[in-house]
Amino acid sequence: MAVAFFYLFSAVLIASAFAVIVSRNPVHSVLYLILAFVNGAGLFLLAGAEFLAMILVVVYVGAVAVLFLFVVMMLDVDFAELRQGFTKYLPIGAAVGAVVLGELGLVALGWQSAPGAKEAAAAPIAAGVSNTAALGQLLYTKYFLFFQASALVLLTAMIGAIVLTLHHRPGVKRQKIEEQNARTRDNVIEIKKVPSRAGV
Amino acid sequence: MIDGWLLNLLLIIVKSVVLTVALLIYLAYAIYIDRKVWAAVQLRRGPNVVGPWGLLQSFADMLKFVLKEPVIPDTANKGVFLLAPFVTAMLAVAAWAVIPVADGWAVADLNVGILYIFAISSLGVYGIIMGGWASNSKYPFLSALRSAAQMVSYEVSIGFVIITVLLCAGSLNLTEIVRAQDTQYGILGWYWLRLLPMFVIFFISALAETNRPPFDLVEAESELVAGFMIEYSATPYMLFMLGEYVAILTMCALLTILFFGGWLPPANIAPLTLVPGAVWFVLKVTFFFFFFAMVKAFVPRYRYDQLMRLGWKVFLPISLVMVILVAAVLQFAGSAGAN
Repeated sequence: MAVAFFYLFSAVLIASAFAVIVSRNPVHSVLYLILAFVNGAGLFLLAGAEFLAMILVVVYVGAVAVLFLFVVMMLDVDFAELRQGFTKYLPIGAAVGAVVLGELGLVALGWQSAPGAKEAAAAPIAAGVSNTAALGQLLYTKYFLFFQASALVLLTAMIGAIVLTLHHRPGVKRQKIEEQNARTRDNVIEIKKVPSRAGV
Repeated sequence: MIDGWLLNLLLIIVKSVVLTVALLIYLAYAIYIDRKVWAAVQLRRGPNVVGPWGLLQSFADMLKFVLKEPVIPDTANKGVFLLAPFVTAMLAVAAWAVIPVADGWAVADLNVGILYIFAISSLGVYGIIMGGWASNSKYPFLSALRSAAQMVSYEVSIGFVIITVLLCAGSLNLTEIVRAQDTQYGILGWYWLRLLPMFVIFFISALAETNRPPFDLVEAESELVAGFMIEYSATPYMLFMLGEYVAILTMCALLTILFFGGWLPPANIAPLTLVPGAVWFVLKVTFFFFFFAMVKAFVPRYRYDQLMRLGWKVFLPISLVMVILVAAVLQFAGSAGAN
């Protein structure tokens, strides 16, 4: 059964990856990309890496692709204009593609896995320890420094993005939540006794 | 050999069908409860015509939606437009695959059950974005953008809340999380007391994540008409509603499992332990659903900037600090790494 699912996931993955490139509408491309991610997660599941599979869905599909979709939807792309230079750029694109494909072919044909690598990959975890626990124990002990370093890199990137996009334009009225929360019944409304036929 | 896995597959299919049917029937009455509670708060009667006490109202509504003609706008992106409600409904139901209704009663007892639910519920936003974009109309699009920002924001604090529970339970498996709450103290040993602030944050974030009032800015009718659903009618509309309510039930089930001891009875004494676990589970889910309905009935809607402030500037720091606190307490109290 696992073999059947492997071929199913792989076939859909390749087909949707292809569709990402060929579909005319960029929103459709992103949707196909999401399908590709989900099928990739399925392959991870089959390989026994359930934690990676779920994290792939949470991070890439649940967050990154949402932002992709956001940006692509906001762009008002003129598709006719987009396709105008197609023949002009075709030779360059084809050349780059051919080089990359050739290199990939060379690597794939000349690949020799190290002795014992297959056995090590086939038996990743001891029985009784769940995938997630094994991953955590490695990340937080042996690779702790690398883990922290990568976290710092991400933090820097995040702060950088915030600094780049934060402007304080003058003349913009902002909601001041503290002031709004500080309003109480006593300092906002005033109750007056209005005598009849006299007015305030 | 072949027979073995075929039988297994068949068993899984039967289990899934039974669970889905039970869920949908429960859903019909959950909607009924929702409307009745709402009506009672507003001194109305609520649905009371179809069937005795209006009990068949939801089924009549379903029939009505299915029999009507689905209208697809001329300029809509047809494929995506029709795909969106299916995505919403399918994903919402799919989350129930890992939920243990009673001890060992989960269709799939995944090791990473809680992550699976988190992943599936983070996908829920796609139905809304796709629907909003494919309608090719301004209000649905605005609503889709709002909802995407809202759901991504509140997922962050939900994630941290879940981490604190995981730290205490020492497992990502939902069944194990419930078993970890099975102490001699009964209801007092469940995590809602030990992690009270997180329980409150989770409840409020669950409201925001499922676009329920007071955070239903996605379909704020005074600003956006009916949000991303404006162009939808008949069965596609019903699928959206179904997905939304199933997502709410999923959140109630999560509250039950993470903080309220799942299928466990409130005290380990004779008459209570005799009641089957599934009954306790359904009762607890209904209890939380009642609160969802009450909040809808009497809390006024938030402004969009208030919503964002609450998510990023209030819940996120509190839950971050709580993660560190809980981890520190577990480490120094010596109960860390129990599993």
